[in-house]
Amino acid sequence: MAGFDKRVGSYAEAMEGIEDGMTVLAGGFGLCGIPENLIAEIKRRGVKNLTVASNNCGVDGFGLGVLLEDRQISKIFASYVGENALFEQQMLNDEIEVILTPQGTLAEKMRAGGAGIPAFYTATGYGTPIGEGKEVREFNGRHYILEEALVGDFAIVKGWKADRYGNVVYRHTAQNFNPLAATAGKITVVEVEEIVEPGELEPSQIHTPGIYVDRIIQGTFEKRIEKRTLHS
Amino acid sequence: MALTREQMAQRVARELEDGFYVNLGIGIPTLVANYIPEGVDVMLQSENGLLGMGRFPTEEELDADMINAGKQTVTARPGAAIFSSAESFAMIRGGHVDLTVLGAFEVDQEGNIASWMVPGKLIKGMGGAMDLVAGAENIICTMTHASKHGESKLLEKCTLPLTGAGCINRVLTDLAYLEIKDGAFVLKERAPGVSVEEIIEKTAGKLVVPDHVPEMTFAD
Repeated sequence: MAGFDKRVGSYAEAMEGIEDGMTVLAGGFGLCGIPENLIAEIKRRGVKNLTVASNNCGVDGFGLGVLLEDRQISKIFASYVGENALFEQQMLNDEIEVILTPQGTLAEKMRAGGAGIPAFYTATGYGTPIGEGKEVREFNGRHYILEEALVGDFAIVKGWKADRYGNVVYRHTAQNFNPLAATAGKITVVEVEEIVEPGELEPSQIHTPGIYVDRIIQGTFEKRIEKRTLHS
Repeated sequence: MALTREQMAQRVARELEDGFYVNLGIGIPTLVANYIPEGVDVMLQSENGLLGMGRFPTEEELDADMINAGKQTVTARPGAAIFSSAESFAMIRGGHVDLTVLGAFEVDQEGNIASWMVPGKLIKGMGGAMDLVAGAENIICTMTHASKHGESKLLEKCTLPLTGAGCINRVLTDLAYLEIKDGAFVLKERAPGVSVEEIIEKTAGKLVVPDHVPEMTFAD
């Protein structure tokens, strides 16, 4: 790595520095746009006691689900965790702390974390169990709860194309939480399908500007489909 | 006769207006897309970051990077836009979506909704439902009027943990179409062959019954 060249040569190098007890923000929605190889590298390293923020927690045997097998996650912020038997079991046994977070609030927590905003007010969750114990303020006759931002020791992100400067574009709905996570990692690692020459990506079309990105690696992806639904 | 799921979707679809941006939840709300009236153009918003959701893909169009909020593979229609989850919920929270249709376990006469958690049962999460109910001005709740055991789901006060407070203004059940106004359900329409008496009997919350309650009609 030199200057603005963010490329790294291996997945081991991509996740260098991850340690027990760290917080990891992950992009992806369901199995769409998940950093599958970076997750696999975290599994390989065997780091434990991780706090993870991700909309979902993968499925059994794929995505973040693989980190459950060796009990590497001790706490997770997620909006929906339904598709995973091992997860359910660990949740019922209190082996994993689950902070259920409304999807829009989770996205905004990452956005705010990356944008230097420590907390924000939202109407989402007011009057529900999510609002309990949180500061409430009234603006223009409506009630809002205070939600705190999230930052990660690492952010793990799946992009489509990037250049060596770390400018990233996402493909279709594989964008989802990825650009938000990318802004909020102390170390942001992006894996992509293709690394292109600087100048090939149209500057006005960049989703994640390179300033947010620390490491870039090109990988190959299984891209598993969770619910294959065809036109009848 | 109670409405079928398809008839419920058909009835909700009549509330769609030309030029509406609409978010459809999972279940019966999803079926609404099959009954968009002739001459009405709506853009479907999927909260994972797609405005202008199209039909399901053919085998050739199938793409792992193209899914909806129910994680099903979909296509984008011409004129669609794709964006991040933060942008998607800015649209939702900011009140830019014209109509939201979602399911519920319980709704009460104050417009409270419970739809995500049954204590003692496994909790899977609220997904985007709390943001949707907090952000939308215009929400239609689709649900069965009573449980299998005959217990009303239209209550004076929700018994389950809430998804949102004071946010629901319209409910379509398998028996009736109702508005929530000034702390009461107002009966607007009844399902074909369903009597006002049956609806009164199955509504635990305060119910206002106008002199005339028209019967819904459906083309065969």
